[in-house]
Amino acid sequence: MIPLLSVSGLSVGFGRAPQANEVVRGVSFELADGETLAIVGESGSGKSVTALSINRLVDFGGGRITAGSIKLKRADGSVLDLTAASEPQLTRIRGAEIGMIFQEPMTSLNPVLTIGTQIEESFRLHRGLTGRQATAAAKDALDRVRIPDAARRLKYTPNQLSGGMLQRVMIATALACNPRLLIADEPTTALDVTVQAQIMALLAELKRETGMSMIFITHDIGLVAGIADKIMVMQNGQAVEQGELNQILDQPRHAYTQHLLQDVPHFASGRATRLDGSREKAPAADPALKVNDLVVRFPVKSGFFGRATGAVHAVDGVDFDLMQGETLAIVGESGSGKSTTARAVLGLVRSTRGSFSVSARKAAAGQSALPIQMVFQNPYASLNPRLAIESILAEPVIATGGRVDAAARAKMATLLKRVGLPENSLERYPHEFSGGQRQRLCIARALMLNPSVVVLDEAVSALDVSVQARVLELLVDLQREYGLAYLFISHDMAVVERIAHRIAVIYAGQIVEIGDAKSVLSAPKHAYTKKLIAAVPTIDRRREHFELDTRQVPSLVRPLGFEPVPSRWEQFGADHRVRVEA
Amino acid sequence: MRMPRAIFAHPSGRIGGFIVGLYLLLAVLGLLGLTPHDPLMQYRIDRLHAPDSTYWMGTDLFGRDVASRLMMGIGQSFTVAFFSVAFAALAGTVLGLAAAWFGRRWDGIVMRVMDVLLAFPAILLALLIVAVAGPGTWTSIVAIAIVYTPIFTRVVRGPALSLKAREFVDAARTFGSSSSYILTRHLLLNLVAPLTVQITLALAWALLTEAGLSFLGLGTQPPAASLGLMLSDSRNLMETAPWLMIFPGLAIMISILGFNLLGDALRDIFDPRMRRAIA
Repeated sequence: MIPLLSVSGLSVGFGRAPQANEVVRGVSFELADGETLAIVGESGSGKSVTALSINRLVDFGGGRITAGSIKLKRADGSVLDLTAASEPQLTRIRGAEIGMIFQEPMTSLNPVLTIGTQIEESFRLHRGLTGRQATAAAKDALDRVRIPDAARRLKYTPNQLSGGMLQRVMIATALACNPRLLIADEPTTALDVTVQAQIMALLAELKRETGMSMIFITHDIGLVAGIADKIMVMQNGQAVEQGELNQILDQPRHAYTQHLLQDVPHFASGRATRLDGSREKAPAADPALKVNDLVVRFPVKSGFFGRATGAVHAVDGVDFDLMQGETLAIVGESGSGKSTTARAVLGLVRSTRGSFSVSARKAAAGQSALPIQMVFQNPYASLNPRLAIESILAEPVIATGGRVDAAARAKMATLLKRVGLPENSLERYPHEFSGGQRQRLCIARALMLNPSVVVLDEAVSALDVSVQARVLELLVDLQREYGLAYLFISHDMAVVERIAHRIAVIYAGQIVEIGDAKSVLSAPKHAYTKKLIAAVPTIDRRREHFELDTRQVPSLVRPLGFEPVPSRWEQFGADHRVRVEA
Repeated sequence: MRMPRAIFAHPSGRIGGFIVGLYLLLAVLGLLGLTPHDPLMQYRIDRLHAPDSTYWMGTDLFGRDVASRLMMGIGQSFTVAFFSVAFAALAGTVLGLAAAWFGRRWDGIVMRVMDVLLAFPAILLALLIVAVAGPGTWTSIVAIAIVYTPIFTRVVRGPALSLKAREFVDAARTFGSSSSYILTRHLLLNLVAPLTVQITLALAWALLTEAGLSFLGLGTQPPAASLGLMLSDSRNLMETAPWLMIFPGLAIMISILGFNLLGDALRDIFDPRMRRAIA
């Protein structure tokens, strides 16, 4: 029996001397008909390059296959070595025999063409369908990926559809010609967790229906448990371990696989929450931060004179308090208002209504204290590339009217050492640091002013999984050492579980459930929290199927003068409240 | 001193840098009067003398040494170009930053005025200004500066708008950094690269505009020399004394080439995606 795809000794290099700049070295694997292989690795491991070499898209990115062979069994039974195939041959194979979906559905579709036109193109090219036949085929394709009301949606342009819908359109396009191999390159990374669960469920169903093979590329080993038959773990361009799903997950042999499975945050349904600093034990004190009835609205203007005709209720009556040394995690999906809440607390967004009270810590002599500081999501965008680290760390001091004297310099050195950066960092520039190191710099910068509250807006989301774990550890250590209160904004339940003492779940601008982390994660009460937690991929829930749910998030645009009904709350346990839905 | 080395390492930077350097040297010598002959001295006996070992580029209708006048002209043209581009860059940066920073009404007013200025062809607008203010070196400088201000305003405003929305500016606001600090350290410092490239290219355009104005008799006034004026004077003698036209023409062409090559090189050097490919 000839396997569908057989890759042996594949090496891929880039640049003028591809042999010297190899990013994939000697990768071999086989894929049988109907099988799913998951390639797992962190950024720079060569997982995407491996996949792109299979349909030779890597050529367009400046890559060159330097060694090895990729043998594809074609529909007629003949075997073709793709490393030696001509470009016209490859054009026929791409789409017809090997389909591909990418990470960013928003940028993979042409924004000015209707999705119907874009799906039809695939039918025109590979099956020679035209006119009404092509339209009918496109509608069928959308039906197949469970897009409701497909006939009408064909006339939509990409901006009218959500990210999850667009990824379905991409899948429909990729499957248009019934390819026997589908390559999915991190297809759910840009999507919300509940949408991710839907896409994963859809892929699993389609695979059952069509019997196609799949190569699924991801950085999240927890995600593959539900879909893969085989796993290949990649590190630094080499396949360090491969084997059956259960074997890899239960008896990993290579140290790196073990590290991915153990040291990286995986969601454990409330079993891995922090044990320190529970609210009940701590004596009642003034909260470090208290937010009362926070409301943020953005006017919606329309018509010739730009009159306000409504408002986007981004945050609608949020209140919480945060004690010293405590972490409150605000979780929710994109568009739920969690980042707006954080920005409003810092004054980066003007709040429409509401009050904060912050208990500033007693400022030590010569130091002014700004009580709230923030660490941003993207460590590449939050440091000015043209300033040396010394200037970056000096900025908060200068901004608050301080002088960069020996004491300030000593503080810089201490903080750099504390966050685990080399001593010579001060003269260096941001581009000389990795993502994780930059986020450490951002943390050090936030601590320059002795804040009592640090807002962490998706602070570890942009980092590789193993780096994530180390930055989280650092955050916990710093919290203990300096008694910091964290407001931790995140969409990632696994990360939240590791750092939060309390969790607030926010949906459509309102908190729907708030309470002790263990209690919220292990026994969620609100329907939305349950849905959110059920959608988190874990290694424990192998081969569990999700219900397809195509409901959309409600619109947050309200007419002028609209006020939400005041929430009623139901209490569960000492510290766990849930909003009662009308 | 990483910059000179980077320019030298870049193929078109090497050629462009050499040309611009040579012109700068000639300009300085011309301005200091260190020329082979006195550029204003009329050697009546040697009128329209073809190039030879005494007069390297021949003499003109009045018997003045073309090589010396060329050096004087380069000095004159470069002075006008440098001052006008300096003023344009300064005004454009201030206006572009203000438009981006204050936004809304400011942005609207500044950018509409710039659109109006851009709607005129450069040389026409410069002519208009000089015609109103009267010819002369300083009026040419001011006219050329006004003509090229909108380009700098646009070059600054776009990136400034996107820099303003970057997270490090948000971060600076959370420390309470002052607007002037954010404008200088976070915005302006990141604009150095596009501005440098733009200045180099604008110098080439300014040289051309100055030559155009002088050619039309509205720039540098005789007996002083400028490249455009020399071309203008050679018009009627094209057939009898072609060297009068060839040398100033070549001088203009090569200088533009030099600035453009240097500009291309700087653009590549400042582009982080290109950095590794060159080094």
